[in-house]
Amino acid sequence: MTEETAGTDRAETAGAFDPEVRQRLEADAKEIISRYPQARSALLPLLHLVQSEEGYVSDRGVAFCAEQLDITKAEVTAVVTFYTMYKRRPTADYNVGVCTNTLCAVLGGDQIYTELKEHLGVGNDEPTPDGTVSVEHVECNAACDYAPVVMVNWEFFDNQTPDSARELVDNLRDGAAVRPTRGPDSLCTWRQASRILAGFSDGRAGEGPQAGEASLAGLRLARERGWSAPDPQETGVLEEGSE
Amino acid sequence: MTTLTPILSANWDRPESFTLADYRAEGGYESLRTALGMDPDELVDLVKTAGLRGRGGAGFPTGMKWGFLPKDNPKPRYLVVNADESEPGTCKDVPLMLANPHVLLEGVAITCYAIRSHQAFIYVRGEVLHVIRRLRQAVAEAYEAGLFGTNILGSGFDLEVVVHAGAGAYICGEETALLDSLEGYRGQPRLKPPFPAVAGLYASPTVVNNVESISSVPSIVSGGADWFTAMGTEKSPGFGLFSLSGHVSRPGQYEAPLGVTLRELLDMAGGVREGHELKFWTPGGSSTPILTADHLDTPLDFEAIGAAGSMLGTRALQIFDDTTCVVRAVLRWIEFYAHESCGKCTPCREGNFWMVQVLERLEHGRGTEADLEKLLDICDNLLGRSFCALGDGATSPVTSSISYFRQEYIDHFEQGGCPFDPTKSTVWGESS
Repeated sequence: MTEETAGTDRAETAGAFDPEVRQRLEADAKEIISRYPQARSALLPLLHLVQSEEGYVSDRGVAFCAEQLDITKAEVTAVVTFYTMYKRRPTADYNVGVCTNTLCAVLGGDQIYTELKEHLGVGNDEPTPDGTVSVEHVECNAACDYAPVVMVNWEFFDNQTPDSARELVDNLRDGAAVRPTRGPDSLCTWRQASRILAGFSDGRAGEGPQAGEASLAGLRLARERGWSAPDPQETGVLEEGSE
Repeated sequence: MTTLTPILSANWDRPESFTLADYRAEGGYESLRTALGMDPDELVDLVKTAGLRGRGGAGFPTGMKWGFLPKDNPKPRYLVVNADESEPGTCKDVPLMLANPHVLLEGVAITCYAIRSHQAFIYVRGEVLHVIRRLRQAVAEAYEAGLFGTNILGSGFDLEVVVHAGAGAYICGEETALLDSLEGYRGQPRLKPPFPAVAGLYASPTVVNNVESISSVPSIVSGGADWFTAMGTEKSPGFGLFSLSGHVSRPGQYEAPLGVTLRELLDMAGGVREGHELKFWTPGGSSTPILTADHLDTPLDFEAIGAAGSMLGTRALQIFDDTTCVVRAVLRWIEFYAHESCGKCTPCREGNFWMVQVLERLEHGRGTEADLEKLLDICDNLLGRSFCALGDGATSPVTSSISYFRQEYIDHFEQGGCPFDPTKSTVWGESS
């Protein structure tokens, strides 16, 4: 981020939220805070909440969180800057994260990342001029058995290739439907995703598969070969008081 | 021959496996009913006798951790589930929570009853949106069915459970950093002692356990300690999810007794990618020293892998074949540690930064033999001298790769560049 754009962002968000927005956010904040024995625990979800409003954590978002928890803006900023999921400048509707940690990188993540940036003509974590898509490299996202992995708004797009990833971002830019491999039937926007992270349901937990193919590799083999865990009856322990 | 033992993964092929109805159809929450009829101390003893060791990497005995809670502390007790799965290569808790969140929740309820806690938190990394949806939905179902909340199953036991989404920081997998994060601060590790059992969340007695550890508890209650110890080895009893990834024909989750070997698992997974040979692998994520084909028959348990100079860790078996440049692999891992270092202690913050500079130079053929000594020297100043295990872990790939592949480092600067073609190691590289 250049100094110039940083200055512009600050100017745009210098004021407080509009009264209606503020009222709505305050109701949400109250609900979030009530989940915890101590209010300060609500800071991470509150930051997800203000990010869901503006797509990033603006200065007024920081001020809002500080007020809700009765802490200083500096205390909030110290937390915002620690965590990579909080953005400090306007974001795209769809954030494409390409895993470039070692395993995904070696299996092709590096190539996917390089080709996507080139294809879109953007730098790391920089939105396209129309504001629809940005690409960033992300760390291991716990899906190594589906490498190379691409995340969009933190939904899984498993077993990607440069071609499939290019098609994915083209569809996102065209507004065509895309479907995560292990996720809901369609993608929600970055702001909607942030709201789920803040702890508000979108009612879509039941969508999508229960498991992907790789997750089932061992179970399928066990079924084929008739393997199972020992029968508790045979390990002779079911009498009361196993000692 | 070792065979697979699906327990936590046994219902993953049922399309509705993540719903309460489907979990209950398979006998789910019966262990909770049994547990609520037992004395809490009896449950702690059961898990101690079973010998369950923490599945999050360190392998500390779970029952012993529970037993450390002071009896005379009047403050509330907390259970915090570490669902911040982020160790490179580790990909077991995420599919577990996606397909079978209720086994975790049943384990949470039993554990809380055993340790006399009435409030649990599940700290799940934020970058897995659908897992968070499934967890929250499962918690809501459990409340609705009277499995959480007040007077659970008529037992008089009360329990509140909150799913808390993180915000992107590997260090939050370290248990005390996780607690700071859960309290609304930067996730930086705390000085120990005091350990969380004495002063954890809100300075109250707290148990922090990994997802898979807690998920193993219901089966121990229903099967018994003898059933559990019938699997695995004497000092590493029971079963675990082994996650195969990388240059292997059928990557994925393989649930097996501890002590299974990589040779056996590779055989089940169709072997190393066709036409290639195993070059190096991690037994349990990037923080565990790499091993080679010489270790194919080493039992994957805490003791044997330790004796081989590595650590069992999270059983994240990342397989790399002969097309992979080990220097490139290590460089990328150290870039990760440098990026994720919380900055609290100097050895880790500075050490990782400088190791990236040196490794970059080496990978691009501009290094010298003195650079290898420099790397080992930095590792000496990191291992055992950093504030938490992140810094220790960062030394693993460096020291182990220099020990097994010193010549490959030398080849880089002798040839003035990386001798490997990175396209060959990609999934599509072989066909192009």
